[in-house]
Amino acid sequence: MELLDIFITLGFWGALVRMATPLIFGTLGELICERAGVLNLGIEGIMTMGAMVAWMWVYQGGDLWTAVLVAAACGALFGLLHAVFSVYLGLSQHVTGIGITLLAASLSYFVFRMLLPDVTTPPKIEPFKPFAIPGLSEIPYIGEVLFTQSPLTYLAFILVPIVGYGLYRTPLGLAVRMVGENPMAVEAQGIDVHRLRTCAVMLGSAFMAVGGAFLTISVFDAFYIGMINGRGWICIALVIFASWRPGKALAGALLFAAFEALQIRVQQASSAVIPYQFFLMMPYILSILAMIVMSRRAAYPKALLVPFRKGER
Amino acid sequence: MPEVKDTAPQGAGAQPVLRLSGITKRFGGLTANDAISLDLKSGEILALLGENGAGKTTLMSILFGHYVADEGHIEAFGKRLSAGSPKAAIAAGIGMVHQHFTLGENLTVLDNIVLGTEPLLAPRRNTAKARRRIAELAEHFGLSVDPKRLVRDLSVGERQRVEILKALYRGARVLILDEPTAVLAPQEVETLFTTLKTMVAEGLSIIFISHKLNEVMAVADRVAVLRLGKLVGDFPIAETSKEALAEAMVGHAIEMPERKPQPLGPVVLQLAGVTLRNEQGKALLDELHLLLCGREILGIAGVSGNGQGALAALISGLALPDEGAFEILGQPVKETSPLAMQEHGVGRIPEDRHATGVIGDLSVEENLILEAAGSPRFCNLGFLKGGVIRRNAREKIERFDIRGADPTTTTRALSGGNMQKVILARVLSEQPKVILANQPTRGLDVGAAAKVQELLFEARAEGAGILLISEDLEELLQVSDRIAVLYQGRLSTPVAVEEADLKTLGLLMSGHGEFQRQKGAHGHAA
Repeated sequence: MELLDIFITLGFWGALVRMATPLIFGTLGELICERAGVLNLGIEGIMTMGAMVAWMWVYQGGDLWTAVLVAAACGALFGLLHAVFSVYLGLSQHVTGIGITLLAASLSYFVFRMLLPDVTTPPKIEPFKPFAIPGLSEIPYIGEVLFTQSPLTYLAFILVPIVGYGLYRTPLGLAVRMVGENPMAVEAQGIDVHRLRTCAVMLGSAFMAVGGAFLTISVFDAFYIGMINGRGWICIALVIFASWRPGKALAGALLFAAFEALQIRVQQASSAVIPYQFFLMMPYILSILAMIVMSRRAAYPKALLVPFRKGER
Repeated sequence: MPEVKDTAPQGAGAQPVLRLSGITKRFGGLTANDAISLDLKSGEILALLGENGAGKTTLMSILFGHYVADEGHIEAFGKRLSAGSPKAAIAAGIGMVHQHFTLGENLTVLDNIVLGTEPLLAPRRNTAKARRRIAELAEHFGLSVDPKRLVRDLSVGERQRVEILKALYRGARVLILDEPTAVLAPQEVETLFTTLKTMVAEGLSIIFISHKLNEVMAVADRVAVLRLGKLVGDFPIAETSKEALAEAMVGHAIEMPERKPQPLGPVVLQLAGVTLRNEQGKALLDELHLLLCGREILGIAGVSGNGQGALAALISGLALPDEGAFEILGQPVKETSPLAMQEHGVGRIPEDRHATGVIGDLSVEENLILEAAGSPRFCNLGFLKGGVIRRNAREKIERFDIRGADPTTTTRALSGGNMQKVILARVLSEQPKVILANQPTRGLDVGAAAKVQELLFEARAEGAGILLISEDLEELLQVSDRIAVLYQGRLSTPVAVEEADLKTLGLLMSGHGEFQRQKGAHGHAA
């Protein structure tokens, strides 16, 4: 059948890596937040905000890499807002997160409309060009798929081992993992629990925003309403799928991207017989199945969702 | 332990390792600590004794910097300790093992121990060095535990060892242990005491917080007694006695209720060859034979997790035997139903009073009628009789001496002992024929425990048969008419309390001795 043909086309593998990129940023970001004990449901909105801000920066004449930094800073700012409510004031992380998502997404659309009131077709910018890594990109087949990508894609893949090293091989990472397990233990060592959690949420939110920025200044060249399209929620599922481990998070992001890339191609290949909605649904169904299999033994951070108040025990 | 005291460096004894001067701490209107001054000498175990709420934990939390005292100051090794900083306490060589462990379950032992000992922003951790140091300490003090294991896979005793190692790893010279035996099995307590004695022999000093007199007498060199936030006594252990300490702790002499022999009534509960399995097919109760008569208290001893839960579930109507016969008042029990059990005349005092004993957010008067809410006494055509319920509550509060409660008090606000009295009032007013009392005095102070025992004796005198499950051997020996030991789902032959001795029971609890044979006789007196 044509299915096999899909797997041997280079286009499929290239699309897979590209589609995985925002998911890797988002999943790593969410993973850092949750490891510190804070569920960040603001992810969907923060990605939207990152996408808009980065695009707008470039559209207003800014540099692409500076746009990435601006998006990250903006994400961190919303992370700080999340932390003020969920960490310092100890409010419900669910409610805070949904609030952040609604606020950040609406604010993005509002700012976009306010700065560009008259345009009907979305204006375009000049996005990141694929960068061929000298030498590696000349390897037959693989080179073209893996080493001729957007610089942000390389960044995403490099971040996976960096986050892994940070969490498992540095004292700070140990403290972050512990604060998600038992904040009392961290406080007993004289480390400020609130500050540590806030920093983790800000860093994680910055990652999420860069994931959003990737969509507007690398894959596409414009900002649309609703363009994040649930990717943030997928990242939250992927964190569970990954059992809160960066390596598995990468695997999960690639797997989901593979379903997504396959879905588009199968849809094109077998027209008319099966309604296309079925293929749209497929990645989500397959992710749910994969999650059921993978996360049965997942050991979630024990203090996830539990606010910490000093002096209370 | 006079030898220990002799070897303590007397010259250094002039300079205490720790000196608390005039510590006062108030929470709103409550004075938790009232001008407490206390010295800790080098190489001694100081027991801090007091009832629940006497201010022991508050005092130690101030010492360790979790709270800031309103008045007074602390000196460690001659230097003033800055208040409100755990970090300063650690740096001064003070280590604390909390009653509720502060460990991360999904992290390894090594991670748990090392946390916070390296500069937070160091680029990498020195795991190899940490592993070597932990191995040294573990060997030196006999605290073996594998640093690579996850804490969630460890037993409670092992977790406590990790906590102690954590303090030692930070170079603690003074170790504070908050109720360390509360969570341990008797054998683990022995191991812990051996470790503590090794540590003081090495020149460390230990503060041991407890409300158990036996343990204090067994392990401490000196005892400081707290009552209602005040220091009321400071005795060398050689110059005091259990009775004197109990009196100092409570403020007046405690009369423990005495068991008076009673003629046995008819058989009220019978288990014959009862086996109960869990979902995996493992036998939780293994061919259990048991006879309980009216007017007797049958004590079930054993380390928790040896089938006590299954036995309690059976008698509470939460499970049916997979094999064997189960009769109450001569009637075979055929359905899994707590309600039917109640109608059979079974009264239940559950193990966890917060989780299954009372509904914390409901008022005292509501909790008092929970099991009889549908009966015509309290209910008419589906409506509760408010006035009757209120009067019932007033009467029960009076009769059962439930302190700090009026009918509309939220039950959660009561102390453990008074909460237990609410449960007893509810259970006993139904005049049950069989009473399951599962750990009825656990966590209660001496006064409340005495009251609970007195009430059980009253129920016994009225003809009830009581199955008393407890981990406290002393209590069992004092209260029960007969005692049997539960070990891995099997029951030892019950013996009359006059013939029981601690040593044999202790051996049975670790599985050494005679248990009921497959086809064995009941071996009951009845």
